[in-house]
Amino acid sequence: MATLLIPALVLVPLLGGIVALIIRGDRPRRALLAGTAVVHLLLTAGSGGAAPALGGWLALDPLGRLFLGIASTLFLAAALYGAGYLARETGSGDDRRRDLDEGTLFSNAPEAVFTGCLLFFLATMTLVCVSNHLGILWVAVEATTLASAPLIYFHRHHRSLEAAWKYLLICSIGIALALLGNFLLAVATKSSPRGEIPLRLDLLLPAAASFQPMWLKAAFIFLLVGYGTKMGLAPLHTWLPDAHSESPSLVSALLSGALLNCAFLGVLRALQVLSAAGLAGFGQQLLVGFGLFSMGLAAAFIIGQPDYKRMLAYSSVEHMGILALGVGLGGGAVFGALFHAVNHSLIKGMLFLVAGNILSAARTKTIAEVRGLSRALPVSGALWLAGFLAITGTPPFGTFLSEFTILKAAIDGGRLGVAVLYLIALAVVFVGMCRLMLRMVQGSPSAAVAGVAGREPWLALAPPALLGALGLALGLYVPPFLEQLLRNAARLLEGLS
Amino acid sequence: MAHVEDLILALLVLSGFVFLGSSRLRFCIRTLALQGIMIGLLPLWSGPRTLPARALALAALSIAIKGALLPRLLERAMRRANVRREVEPFIGYNASLFVGIVCLGISFWIAARLPLPEASGSSLAVMAAFFTMFSGLFVIISRRQALTQVLGYLVMENGIYVFGVALALDTPALVEFGVLLDVFVAVFVMGIMIFQISRTFEHIDTDKLSALKE
Repeated sequence: MATLLIPALVLVPLLGGIVALIIRGDRPRRALLAGTAVVHLLLTAGSGGAAPALGGWLALDPLGRLFLGIASTLFLAAALYGAGYLARETGSGDDRRRDLDEGTLFSNAPEAVFTGCLLFFLATMTLVCVSNHLGILWVAVEATTLASAPLIYFHRHHRSLEAAWKYLLICSIGIALALLGNFLLAVATKSSPRGEIPLRLDLLLPAAASFQPMWLKAAFIFLLVGYGTKMGLAPLHTWLPDAHSESPSLVSALLSGALLNCAFLGVLRALQVLSAAGLAGFGQQLLVGFGLFSMGLAAAFIIGQPDYKRMLAYSSVEHMGILALGVGLGGGAVFGALFHAVNHSLIKGMLFLVAGNILSAARTKTIAEVRGLSRALPVSGALWLAGFLAITGTPPFGTFLSEFTILKAAIDGGRLGVAVLYLIALAVVFVGMCRLMLRMVQGSPSAAVAGVAGREPWLALAPPALLGALGLALGLYVPPFLEQLLRNAARLLEGLS
Repeated sequence: MAHVEDLILALLVLSGFVFLGSSRLRFCIRTLALQGIMIGLLPLWSGPRTLPARALALAALSIAIKGALLPRLLERAMRRANVRREVEPFIGYNASLFVGIVCLGISFWIAARLPLPEASGSSLAVMAAFFTMFSGLFVIISRRQALTQVLGYLVMENGIYVFGVALALDTPALVEFGVLLDVFVAVFVMGIMIFQISRTFEHIDTDKLSALKE
């Protein structure tokens, strides 16, 4: 049973996706989407003692389990939200839709293709989390790009086409560089006493001390740039705001909360090898640099951002910067960064789903045209407000704890300059988002949202509310199993530095 | 049989210059097909010869995909999008050729400086690999049309593949199949998108894909 668990985790969504492409009824397909998500989450929850599969190519270590758990939880929320969303999008007989920004007509991609790609997307992300071989990891990360590009192009108009094209091309180039990184790593292993070593983590890590350091460093740089492109680290983030703002909101939630983490896992795997070779300092310096730069750049673009989905996208760039920074600082900050990955995914998932509610009611993404949400859409407005507090790291949300842990580790480690820059970036983002998001909630409803009171289906509210509640709960109480998982995962990264 | 390998590598570098200097898409796609066949054959001369059956299977598969299938997909996309040539690239053809020469120089410099592990690969192959990668990247950056950018991506991918072959890396078959499959699907999806772009914008100039920015 335990040996079948990992293949089942990948195969369940894969088969679900194939079935979704075949069956005709819309309602059974939506049920299939939600059902697969539930099964996947149950399998993930029970994956504690999963044995390696495929001759050791696939295995679940605590790091993989952590990111798999995040992806699976978020996917369930997105799938439930998606059931209602798809009913609203394709429910009416006429499939021509009015473009929100330009008033031209467009149609949606077929629902079967959308659902199928969603499930394939889950399968590929699962494969990223369970791969123990860096080559398989590469194949899986590239596959996530291919499975998600059609999702971004669900609304068939020219802006989403542009976003999908940029996403596909930029990420493919990035991933190609990561492939070169894998090759460089393979060259580095040739200097070990036993000759070239397969890129399996369990074989690489014990032998890492004998690798050729120059090739290893070059390999890390290419892996960082390659996976960093996908993760959205500045200045390689250029695809991210476009893809997040033009795709359907549940896809944005998955991209931001699950996909970026999967790419981050690629960077972490490279760092594992680097620190096993005793070169952790080199990688950590790079990560701190990329992290601070991403935070600073995101803060600059959040101030005065006219579009609320782009604002959330830049906030993701900021939080990916925090993750990179935390791991780069080492020590206690690694725990903080991994905990922050959990918190960020929950809250950003919630915010994108709420943004979807606002968008479907107000029919505009422009912040200036949305006012008075607290009266027009009371529940979504309240969630939006809670999301603002959570994403900016206000207590008592989990984000506060994790951001504070990173700050404390920076100060304890004597990195005062880093701590100051970190605080400045956080403060700027807080002020910037405060100005934008509070104005949307307060005041009397603007023309765009005036006549929409009460148009809040429960299926569009429950998933984001649940994610938000989880994010809040983590700030008050971290369950022992999660804390243990986080500690074990952090030990994989910090134990050697 | 080292001279066969050297001949293939020299042809590879020449085909890189063809990409940089040619505006006719059909010609570029044919060159890409030729490149695919060449790099498919390369491992038979320079790769690890421990598993000939596996090496043959991989060579056959990569020639089938890179030498036949992908070029046909691209030609189809070219016909459906109704484009013949790359008009007015951001950087002209003569300038591109000059950049190519600079790339070649940089590639020589890198290949000469890299401390190669003993008993693996020739520095000529490393040079050809880097040059192919650079020329692909440059084509992506400097051309306007979506189709040419896909060609550039494939050339870059070919360069990385040559790097793996050149250093005689023993990548497992599963990974190589995975990489081939990914590249194939990537081009397939890109081909569909090119068709969509041509239908939406009535051409595939990515210069016009500029509604989304700050």
